[in-house]
Amino acid sequence: MTALRDRAIVSLRSAPSLPRHVRIQYDPVRQAFAVLSPEKVFWPNEISLDILRRCDGRSTVERIIADLAADYDADPEDVAADVIAFLQEWSDKLLVKL
Amino acid sequence: MSAPLLPPIGMLAELTHRCPLQCPYCSNPLELLKANCELDTQTWLDLFSQAADLGVLQVHLSGGEPTLRRDLGQLIAGLSARGVYTNLITAGVGIAEGRIEAFAEAGLDHLQLSFQGARPATTDRIGNHRGSHEKKLETARRARAVGLPLTINAPVHRNNIEEVPEFIDLALSLDAERLEIANVQYAGWALANRDRLMPDLAAVNRQADIVAAARERLAGIMNIDFVTPDYFAIYPKPCMGGWARDAFMVAPDGTVLPCHAAQTIPSLRFERFGDWRLAEIWADSPAFNAFRGTDWMQEPCRSCERREVDWGGCRCQAMAIAGDAAATDPACIKSPIHKRMAMLTDAAQAAPEGNESFIFRRIGATPPT
Repeated sequence: MTALRDRAIVSLRSAPSLPRHVRIQYDPVRQAFAVLSPEKVFWPNEISLDILRRCDGRSTVERIIADLAADYDADPEDVAADVIAFLQEWSDKLLVKL
Repeated sequence: MSAPLLPPIGMLAELTHRCPLQCPYCSNPLELLKANCELDTQTWLDLFSQAADLGVLQVHLSGGEPTLRRDLGQLIAGLSARGVYTNLITAGVGIAEGRIEAFAEAGLDHLQLSFQGARPATTDRIGNHRGSHEKKLETARRARAVGLPLTINAPVHRNNIEEVPEFIDLALSLDAERLEIANVQYAGWALANRDRLMPDLAAVNRQADIVAAARERLAGIMNIDFVTPDYFAIYPKPCMGGWARDAFMVAPDGTVLPCHAAQTIPSLRFERFGDWRLAEIWADSPAFNAFRGTDWMQEPCRSCERREVDWGGCRCQAMAIAGDAAATDPACIKSPIHKRMAMLTDAAQAAPEGNESFIFRRIGATPPT
């Protein structure tokens, strides 16, 4: 059986977005941002949340890395490695669309 | 040490016990409720609203067959208005034209569709409903056509365990994002039919290898959740993630329960929504507090390093097999009666094959003793 899609691999030109079955939502009861998906709720840390919020389907990975490096005053190469690894992991779980 | 009370995250709403299928592994209780016991629309909406206030982020709309509720679209809209993530768990048989589209319009987030077999003959035989497989395929297509994300749920047992590779192909062909290979949990009707459903160890091991390979092969293409059969396990499942820890369920008549089978524990009494507010039930119901946290545990759970991993396993399985709801789940290798699980699986292999011997799930069917 051939799948209807292939595994997506992160590149600097990818413009990640959240698929329809995933959403970020502020939870006033726990006073934290939750990521809601079909069976699981995730509680992303601040950096993960900063990446996910930039997954708007327009910003490229390159742009996201540059923005985060500026915001965190960090080395873009370090940021790049973390962002790419994070997006690949979330894409492999189908929580991010590349 | 008493753990702090956390708000619940998930709620399973069994809107009705009515169902067009008669699956012999159904997790509903043997004593099924008739339509005239069901909560009305407004009461469900009140309950959902209280659930959202309490911190519930996800509601799984189930049954029975939830689409038999004519007000389902209204219930979805009510949840959606409160920002609650909605998951419809359906058998996908006989959903009238336009309704799936209306559910999506009302804000449904996700649809989970069960297949009793990967082959039409198996689906029709296990659900005891001719033509059901074809109807399910149609439901999947309609869901994807309106952009609804899809999970295929495959409840696995002796009669379909060899179809696991075909279930994977089926889910891929239907463009599902997720597949649940869920080995039947032996409570409710499945417990009554245990001898006709229990697979053998060789089949379980084959299945585990197939699923592991498929998960690797399909990373980034389709998620496969694997619910393992705990009769063959070393450690028990953390049933419900711990009794009354972050999830609960509601029966069609509004009885609020920590899990599907909780009513099989004779010492517990459960409150109904309406008599009590949901927040009161969650915090103060003696039944919810009976096995919450770790204070209730006996040895070997009490001093076990896994006590907050497994939470003692399943209370209902402890009741059913050890005769004590506070015992260690016999699925655990540390249970003094763990060997009984192997005896039960061996005994099941001697039972006759075929659907003549199933006790099909239906209202008024004679529950076995």
